[in-house]
Amino acid sequence: MPGNYMPSAAELFRFSPELLLTAAGTLLMIFEAITSPKQKRSLPVFAFLSLLAALALAVAASSDPGPAFNRMLQVDGFATFFRVLVMAIGAVTILISTNYLKQAEHEGGEFYSLVLFSVVGQCLMATANELIMIFIGIEVSSIATYVLAGYLRDDKRNNEAALKYFLLGSFATAFLLYGVAWIYGTTGTTNLSGVRGVLLDPQNAPNAILISVALGLVLVGLLFKVSAVPFQSWAPDVYQGAPAPVTAFMATGPKAAAFAAFLRITMWAFEPVKNHWIPVLWFTAIATMIVGNFAALRQSNVKRLLAYSSIAHAGYVLVALTAASKTGTEAAMFYMVSYAAMNLGAFAVIAHVARKGERRVEIDDFAGLGNRQPLTAAIFTVFLLSLIGVPLTGGFFAKFYVFKAALDSQLIALTIVGLLNSAVAAFYYLRLIVIMYMQPAPEGVDTLPEPSLGIRTALVACSLATVVLGVFPSLVLDIAGRGASFIR
Amino acid sequence: MTLLELVLLIPAAGFLVALLLPKGNPKLVRNFALAVSLVVFLLSLGLIGAVTADPQHMQFERSIQWMQSPAIRYHIGVDGLSLWLVILSTLLTPICILVSWNSIQKNVSLFYAFMLLLLAGVVGVFVSLDLFLFYVFWEISLVPMYFLIGIWGHDKRIYAAVKFFLYTMAGSVLMLGAIIWLYVKSGSFDIPFILDSLGKGRLTLGASEGLWLFLAFFLAFAIKVPLFPLHTWLPDAHGEAPTAGSVMLASVMLKLGTYGIVRICLPLFPDAAKASANWIVVLALIGIVYGALVAMVQPNMKRLVAYSSVSHLGFVVLGIFSFNHFGMDGAVYQMLNHGVSTGALFILVGFLYERRHSLEIVDYGGVATVAPWLTILFVITSLASIGLPLLNNFVGEFLVLQGAAVANFPWAIVAALGVILSAVYMLWLVQRTFYGATPAAVKSHFTDLSPREWAIIVPLVALMLWMGVGSGSFLPAVRSSNDQTLNLVLKSTYARQSSPPAELVGRVTRPDLKESADAR
Repeated sequence: MPGNYMPSAAELFRFSPELLLTAAGTLLMIFEAITSPKQKRSLPVFAFLSLLAALALAVAASSDPGPAFNRMLQVDGFATFFRVLVMAIGAVTILISTNYLKQAEHEGGEFYSLVLFSVVGQCLMATANELIMIFIGIEVSSIATYVLAGYLRDDKRNNEAALKYFLLGSFATAFLLYGVAWIYGTTGTTNLSGVRGVLLDPQNAPNAILISVALGLVLVGLLFKVSAVPFQSWAPDVYQGAPAPVTAFMATGPKAAAFAAFLRITMWAFEPVKNHWIPVLWFTAIATMIVGNFAALRQSNVKRLLAYSSIAHAGYVLVALTAASKTGTEAAMFYMVSYAAMNLGAFAVIAHVARKGERRVEIDDFAGLGNRQPLTAAIFTVFLLSLIGVPLTGGFFAKFYVFKAALDSQLIALTIVGLLNSAVAAFYYLRLIVIMYMQPAPEGVDTLPEPSLGIRTALVACSLATVVLGVFPSLVLDIAGRGASFIR
Repeated sequence: MTLLELVLLIPAAGFLVALLLPKGNPKLVRNFALAVSLVVFLLSLGLIGAVTADPQHMQFERSIQWMQSPAIRYHIGVDGLSLWLVILSTLLTPICILVSWNSIQKNVSLFYAFMLLLLAGVVGVFVSLDLFLFYVFWEISLVPMYFLIGIWGHDKRIYAAVKFFLYTMAGSVLMLGAIIWLYVKSGSFDIPFILDSLGKGRLTLGASEGLWLFLAFFLAFAIKVPLFPLHTWLPDAHGEAPTAGSVMLASVMLKLGTYGIVRICLPLFPDAAKASANWIVVLALIGIVYGALVAMVQPNMKRLVAYSSVSHLGFVVLGIFSFNHFGMDGAVYQMLNHGVSTGALFILVGFLYERRHSLEIVDYGGVATVAPWLTILFVITSLASIGLPLLNNFVGEFLVLQGAAVANFPWAIVAALGVILSAVYMLWLVQRTFYGATPAAVKSHFTDLSPREWAIIVPLVALMLWMGVGSGSFLPAVRSSNDQTLNLVLKSTYARQSSPPAELVGRVTRPDLKESADAR
């Protein structure tokens, strides 16, 4: 890169959502210091609006696609798809968080600014066309999330979650970085298109063993971030320990961004050597689905149950990746959207029921919810049915597209294992429905306050998204299809 | 909007409205649900004229693209096979709503909303001509039934509801896999289009491929039927469901499985169906005898009727896989008969339960002295279920036995054993419940039928008689659509060893059933 490099206006425009969010995050920290406690109420509103503005900018930027910053970033349909997704996830997270933080007496601007910074990192991961940028994106996103996981610093579980996430996460990113170094050593470039070019060139094709080791190291880092087996063990502890809104965020945003990077690396840069990574992903997908679903069967804590469920869902997405095709990529993209909608919604309900100090996160705490708060229970049921994969919900089409892509690529055994897994999964989601509707609330249970405005908005948005995805999936699938057009 | 669409969509709309109606007014919801279901029933009667005029082709067909990729169509239609099943569903829904009138007291609006959703779901399955749409309705019908059992059922309802859901789910995910596979191969979910492609050779399925696809579909259907040894969810679900749930489950939902076999498994995979016919028939025969034997020793009335369903549905499967007109017509007719008579049995058991609050046979005795009308109706229904001539089951069972005898005589011998055993368990039930000494508890609890109960049971008993003596009103439509299916199955190259005589196979148009009924 030349020393006197100046980005052009078009490049800055393509990068404007990240710029805006960074500025907004920094401003939030300043506001936090200079505003009176009463004025602090407006901080989440500011964060929410800046996310919406960034989202609008991201959509606007997609009208002028192209590279930016010396081909470090690639703003295309794919990047826009995931950018919009992670920003929407950030916005919903803020809706869920406000009341939770008020109850926990920990309101503060830095929470929202951390959410914004994390979203910036995830946007970078989605936009990056360069392994170093992916690494930076992961770091920006993760460091903010580590802090968020331990946000309630007087809470022992929060601290444990943050520490565990930090230690294991740093380890995994170290692997990733080491892999990047190997890739640079073998191919002489860290640019994804550059790597692809080298791998496609029969004249100076790199040593297959070296490239496999390099790719393996990168995959370790990525599989950790999407909590795939055998790198899943952090997820249940961290998801259980972190504050519920942060868990909602961690389970969706970083995961979506990690899959974006995953798709770019596997389906674009390393697509020429796909025979090396398909078998790895095949085994990982099967193991992830089985471990996630069977471990979830035995959980009594709802957050932990959903943690294992999210591991299982990562397994389904890996099935789509194993298909190694354009339809597989579309399916994975669609999956992340409907997964985000149903999981954010489910965690919003949990944050609402858990209340101060999160003392009500056992399955039994949901007993009789169908009578105590019929509407909340009904919406939660929509999310659970979607997680099971019942038709007319987003979760159904997500699975449908994944298995269609897998069968397109002749992955019959993988499809059968996946389908049977989704039948197993029905059992633990049904337990929650059973408890809500078929068991009475225990005697002397304290009354559950009505959900706050933020939670209500989040629930309505997520349930609408879940149903719309289940009835008109092509609305999103078509966009995903255009986004995945970089795959031949 | 066609008449059929109204029949399908009004209940779905009714479901949403029932959820929105004020919660504090159970009377309003009940009346609303009853009105909706009656309207739907009357509308569904309007289907009869056009379908019976031309039962071989889909009537009231409607096909709109739902989404481009994958190419899913909202394609519905009704022919001679589905017509009576649709009407059975629309008839039983208002009856079940009346049955629940007093017995459902908690979460009233949710209950009736689910009844309407269930109606939409099952009608949807019967009229879907797109595999994807079929699957969607198949799964949707599962959800309300799960809640009906789980919320309003008896003591072990949760166990039964979850077992029911998981069994059906396990079967249907494999069906989904097969549906996607077919789509990947043929580029369409549309059943008529896929059939056309198969017929014209644009789509060919390898022998083992066809067999696996057949088995994936068949497993989903066999669980629903239920075919021995996949029946273990049924006694629990029936035993624990509220009366309305048991009725809808036995009368309509079990038919989804047998309907699926006739509509999808046979036409799409005729070779595989014939290759596996012997195995399936053996399972059906085991089910017939085993279900009857187990029914005999049940101490609980609902479980007794549930096991009798395993036996009766074994007849249906046997008839289908006899691959001749007698068997097929009998099988489809038996689906309807079982819906009417077993539905009525569950309702009558429900009446007994509302009075005595027990399902154990030992708690009863001598009911005939305190409730003679109830007894008479119960006896008629039992006789229908046994297969007494002039009542509906006789026609169906006779045809099935005839079909089995034509296909392979020993099959008919074993199946006939089931008929005899059905007399044993039903008559024994009647004897222990209605005759003998009257315990004090029965004496003090019993009143005879109320006007509401009369209104519920009379249509069903009348139908048993009509279907027994006037099968000509129902069978011709069934028969001509079976002709098409049979032609598809029999013309394919694979020949079964004990194939029926050529003159029976080739006869597409046959004399009216009355003749064959007279001839016997």
